[in-house]
Amino acid sequence: MLYAILGSLMILCATPLAALFAGHRERMILGIGTFGNLFACVLGVSASLFALVSGEQIFLKIPWSLPIGKIAIGLDPLSSFFLVCIFLVSGLSALYGKGYFIHYQGKKWLLSPVFFFSFLVASMVGVVIARNGILFLAAWEIMSLSSFFLVTFENERKEVVKAGVLYLMASQAGVVFLFVLFTLLSRVSGSFDFNTFQMSSLKMPGLANTCFLLALVGFGTKAGFWPVHIWLPEAHPAAPSPVSAVMSGVMIKMGIYGLLRTLLFFGTPPSWWGGLIIGIGIVSGVLGVLHALTEHDLKRLLAYHSVENIGIIALGIGLGLLGQSLANPMIIFLGYSGALLHVLNHGLFKGLLFHGAGSVQHSTGTRNLDALGGLYRFMPMTGTSFLIGSAAICGLPPFNGFISEYLIYRGAFQGSFYFPTLWGLFALAIVPALALIGGLAVTCFVKAFGIIFLGNPRTEKTTHAHESNIFMVIPMIIGAVLCFVIGVFPIEMIYLTAPAADFFGGSFTAAEPAVNSLLMITYAAAVLFILIGLFYLLRRGLLRNRKVEKSETWSCGYPAYNPRMQYTAASFAEPVLAPFAPLIYSRIKHQKTPLGYFPEKAHYEKHLGDIASEKWLLPGIRRVVKILSQFRIIQQGRLQLYLLYIAATFAALLIWVLIKGGY
Amino acid sequence: MIQDANFILLIVIVLDLYIVSSSRLDTCVNATALQGAALAFLPFALWWKQASSGEMIGLLLIGAGTFVVKSLLIPFLIFRSIREANVRREVEPSISLHFSLFTAAVFVAGSFWMASIVVFPQSPPASLIVPAAFVGVLVGFLLLVSRQKAITQVVGYLILENGIFIFGQILFKELPFIVELGILLDLLVGVLVMGIAINHISRQFDHIDVNRLDELKG
Repeated sequence: MLYAILGSLMILCATPLAALFAGHRERMILGIGTFGNLFACVLGVSASLFALVSGEQIFLKIPWSLPIGKIAIGLDPLSSFFLVCIFLVSGLSALYGKGYFIHYQGKKWLLSPVFFFSFLVASMVGVVIARNGILFLAAWEIMSLSSFFLVTFENERKEVVKAGVLYLMASQAGVVFLFVLFTLLSRVSGSFDFNTFQMSSLKMPGLANTCFLLALVGFGTKAGFWPVHIWLPEAHPAAPSPVSAVMSGVMIKMGIYGLLRTLLFFGTPPSWWGGLIIGIGIVSGVLGVLHALTEHDLKRLLAYHSVENIGIIALGIGLGLLGQSLANPMIIFLGYSGALLHVLNHGLFKGLLFHGAGSVQHSTGTRNLDALGGLYRFMPMTGTSFLIGSAAICGLPPFNGFISEYLIYRGAFQGSFYFPTLWGLFALAIVPALALIGGLAVTCFVKAFGIIFLGNPRTEKTTHAHESNIFMVIPMIIGAVLCFVIGVFPIEMIYLTAPAADFFGGSFTAAEPAVNSLLMITYAAAVLFILIGLFYLLRRGLLRNRKVEKSETWSCGYPAYNPRMQYTAASFAEPVLAPFAPLIYSRIKHQKTPLGYFPEKAHYEKHLGDIASEKWLLPGIRRVVKILSQFRIIQQGRLQLYLLYIAATFAALLIWVLIKGGY
Repeated sequence: MIQDANFILLIVIVLDLYIVSSSRLDTCVNATALQGAALAFLPFALWWKQASSGEMIGLLLIGAGTFVVKSLLIPFLIFRSIREANVRREVEPSISLHFSLFTAAVFVAGSFWMASIVVFPQSPPASLIVPAAFVGVLVGFLLLVSRQKAITQVVGYLILENGIFIFGQILFKELPFIVELGILLDLLVGVLVMGIAINHISRQFDHIDVNRLDELKG
């Protein structure tokens, strides 16, 4: 099946080249791009699913003219699983992009998004199948750069360019750690091939800890662990929606993949690795969802939810690591398969939600929650799928988010039983953290969905909203259906993650009793749906032959009602956020309180931000820039000075040669 | 003939010192032209006796080319841009002329010292070739670094190139003359472009002070 995946990689690379020939015929560019990417993704999904089910493990080496690298590629259950995620989400977004980018026709040259989208997908596939450090880093860099160009698609807007540059800086800063990581490993093993890395790490135990920390920072920057997540809430809103969907849905998961792949290089991990990752997971999850609650911009809100979900994935990985170090195959299985399944699930519902956000933005021209309202009447399909996505991301049954979170819950409970006291407490800490995250996420999406889709339109623009075109609606429906299907058939999905989780030493058979309880959820969901259906039928039956009227909500007899009196995003979130105030950076910008006894004009403005970026990282970066700008002294803009540098170099070289005597 | 070659090289070194010490722009350019003319005879003086008839054509071409370009065309171009840019006829060094001359003297001494210890795969045909070449390169750099006007930069560049030209003479047998001619062409075009650039700069900014180019810095 590796060859089928290579085939779809070829198609992905050929698509933008074919689109080049279309010149400036934008419809044709978009058509070729969508068709090519979609075709490659369909081929890729089927090939990687087949490889995953058959448990294929294959390794292929092709000579390469580059001196240090080799084309060493391979497939194993871990790669196949991530390939499924990549192809699935990218395929849906490619289709969505057809409907999304067509609105830019005539305004922007559409070759750029088509071109870089294909390369982004191709490079992610490359990252996942690479079995050589150099090849991996090359694919990784192509991934970072192509996504940078996608983020800066609307480069005439200043904030987009700023966000793009921040993203580029973050990903380049992260990749430095990866360079060090792979160089270290290759120095010990004598080659950049992954299979030699595995051997080498056994030789030097101290190396493993260094490599783990390097991988945690390097891959964590891409994945969006707190506090190196700062690029996410900037880059995701700046990017066009199908791109945000792919970036948030799968690209940040490449960080998770890289971390998992690195963990495979080392045998049994020390326990503190698991503890550290659980800590990171709790912090990322809780702070991610808290900041999501503070946001008014729909896409920023979703971006913070990515931080939250990466935190949940980290909880699963940390649990699996603890299981590995304490040799408990059941917990290894529950942790890793929960994390992996959440990778897929988050890809699906986050893709769906970003698509929904794109539809809302396209239809109303704004992403500001407080300018929206009552959209459900105008966009029922978008609204329904957004609702399903929201339920799924909150981890509510019977949708897919619940399944993966359930596995992690279950693993955490088991861990608190079986682990020694200290690590048992770590495992136990996952439970309240996950519950808190889930509860806050529900609040956040009640806010988002309620403010956007329910109530009455808050601005004039919103009243002209309309349903998106068919290309945008279909991927959302498919995404919603998949969320539901995975939620209703959890055991089948766990069969998919089982080979990958077993790869880490997990045991499906040991975990089977725990997993089987999921069937109860399925049954309960079925009963729930049957009941809902029955009640609906009952309602219809009772209302038959009676007149049904629709009118406004009763406002206690107050006649001068207007849409501004609805709950706003801020007023909804405020009481929930209040106890967490110390965790959120807030700044009162402008305050004018009325003086005296009579009402007069008042003004109050408070800005909520991210402690990580506002308090630590940005001031830190500013200080570094200040220090580095001292070096401008050598850059005086004086020709003579530059010539003096050359002359000094020349003289130094002469003297060096004379002293060395090697002439 | 070797004595003739050494005599020419001595003239070149003395002219280098003269250019460093002169305060008038015209003098500098004239001295450069004179140096070019002297250098035009250097290949003949060095290789006249050993050259085959094929190489003789090369020698003639290099000599004639050097003479035309370095002592006629380039000075003409520089004088024209001095005239058109309406430059004040002073050199405006950023270190004093005395100090320049002193530094140049140190360079000369250093060059002779270096020439005495550096060993070449084939011994140079005339004893002064290596020191003269070093003096040319170092003095060229000195002029480039310590003079403020764009015109003097051109002169410094020419002196530097002359130093390299002298060095190239060691390798006459190995180096095809077409390369030397190519370098000449480069030089000519370079000076032409500089002349045009100087004109434009002076028209735009009312001066050609390289020093003040850093006003453009962001």
